Amino acid sequence: MSEATGGAAPQDVMVRAEQVHKYFGSAHVLKGIDLEVARREVMCVVGPSGSGKSTLLRCINHLERVDAGRLSVDGELVGYRERGGKLHEMRESEVAQQRRDIGMVFQRFNLFPHMTALENVMEAPCRVKGESRGAVRERAQALLTRVGLGDRGDAYPSQLSGGQQQRVAIARALAMQPKLMLFDEPTSALDPELVGEVLDVMRGLALEGMTMVVVTHEMGFAREVGDTLVFMDDGVVVERGDPKEVLVRPQHERTRAFLSKVL
Amino acid sequence: MSGTVTRGPEARPAPLEAVPVRHPGRWAAIVVIAVLVAMAINSVVTNENWQWRFILDNVFAQPVLQGVWTTLWLTVAAMLMGVVLGIVLAVMRLSPNPVLSGSAWFYIWVFRGTPVLVQLTIWAQLGSLYRSISLGVPFGPGWFTFDTRNLIPNAVAALLGLGLNEAAYMSEIIRAGILSVDEGQSEAASALGMSRMQTLRRIVLPQAMRVVVPPTGNETISMLKTTSLVSVVPYAELFFQTSSIGSRTFQVFPTLVMASLWYLALTSVLMVGQYYIERHYARGSVRALPPTPVQRLRARLARSGERR
Repeated sequence: MSEATGGAAPQDVMVRAEQVHKYFGSAHVLKGIDLEVARREVMCVVGPSGSGKSTLLRCINHLERVDAGRLSVDGELVGYRERGGKLHEMRESEVAQQRRDIGMVFQRFNLFPHMTALENVMEAPCRVKGESRGAVRERAQALLTRVGLGDRGDAYPSQLSGGQQQRVAIARALAMQPKLMLFDEPTSALDPELVGEVLDVMRGLALEGMTMVVVTHEMGFAREVGDTLVFMDDGVVVERGDPKEVLVRPQHERTRAFLSKVL
Repeated sequence: MSGTVTRGPEARPAPLEAVPVRHPGRWAAIVVIAVLVAMAINSVVTNENWQWRFILDNVFAQPVLQGVWTTLWLTVAAMLMGVVLGIVLAVMRLSPNPVLSGSAWFYIWVFRGTPVLVQLTIWAQLGSLYRSISLGVPFGPGWFTFDTRNLIPNAVAALLGLGLNEAAYMSEIIRAGILSVDEGQSEAASALGMSRMQTLRRIVLPQAMRVVVPPTGNETISMLKTTSLVSVVPYAELFFQTSSIGSRTFQVFPTLVMASLWYLALTSVLMVGQYYIERHYARGSVRALPPTPVQRLRARLARSGERR
């Protein structure tokens, strides 16, 4: 609770959002989000569907552009450059450059179906960073082993279970050696018995000190692994704090109502 | 292997005994069609006017083979031109830049909206519109000047007419293919830091191919036959060659049969090629690819070999 609300030193902040607004047409999806994620922090974002959690996550790596306010990752404004007190939109290539350092895991995995698991993991380091295939292959194999799929490198996504696909997707994001990982409901599309294997991998990542923002419905994971829990509803952050506190003694009526439905 | 063989029959319960459904309609259809086929064969064999002897003597004649060759390279070249230009047009149409998407729309509107026969004739007649073409500063002095009669020989007119027209159709096929790829794919690629071009080339187009290949095979087969129109340019492809034999020898009908046989043979070859290309791009979308006819044959031979 202390790091997120107390205002950490600037160099310790990985993500900072100040009065971030987002509209889809006339729908006001994010209504002035203020948020700080410290380095090595695991922040879990919960809330009812349509509350803007996923949109916030997609703003962090500029898959959606922010309409008002400022959003920065590792001290760098996302999608814009400030020059002479004026904001300039970044070129597509510059945005791509920023995204290299931010890994993202999607609810529906979004693995590339025409490539094997190993090729999925190798694609971005080889094409985007231009690393040598040999070195990348070794690292990709190690990553697959780490997510428990060392022997499935030759399998196509359609030959893997949902849980296995999501673990490959995590390995794919890690292959770019990101400084921040975004998880967009990573277990929501999985059969219940496959959720555990994905959460295990994420737990391991958190233990190694990866900075993570996790949009999730897994309250158990949030309580156990999360450093901070953020409850969002209707485009605003309603409550934020230590997950063990928030889940047991929510301060706001809306949080209480939501938790009573999901716990 | 042997374990499953011995276990199989024991584990399986006795099959249900039931009278199978009868299909009298099938038998009726067989009889009707057999009679019709017999009548057709009888007429083809006994009617002297088919001139099978003449067809056999001329089907591999030098000008006919030359025509086949021209038809083949024209088909391949026009399709290549159509696919390459079609990809460019499809990407332009999907571009957020309104000038690019507008120009692509206009191109498709013009080339799809006029008959290819008319377009071919226009290319052939271009010399009467522009006596010469010069390269240089727009509206300014020219550095190189070409006489159009030398610049656009009939082969080029034929290729331009077919290829540019095909590009309009191919671009719509490719656009449909690109749109069929889930948006999550380009999102995942951008999230990894891939550029728009990389995403298109590495992620979207390979997946679009699965949707693009079947109609493209269709277009190729259609193109093979459309090449017969370039006889108006005039350009000596298969149909031009067989027709001229027909008018020279007054054997019009047999030469038409000859041309049809050639077109059928070439189309069959293309269909085999399409089968293997489709199979290649199905990679990853099905769990296990079905065996090819060759693999099936080999498996059958191997099995019969084992038995012996």
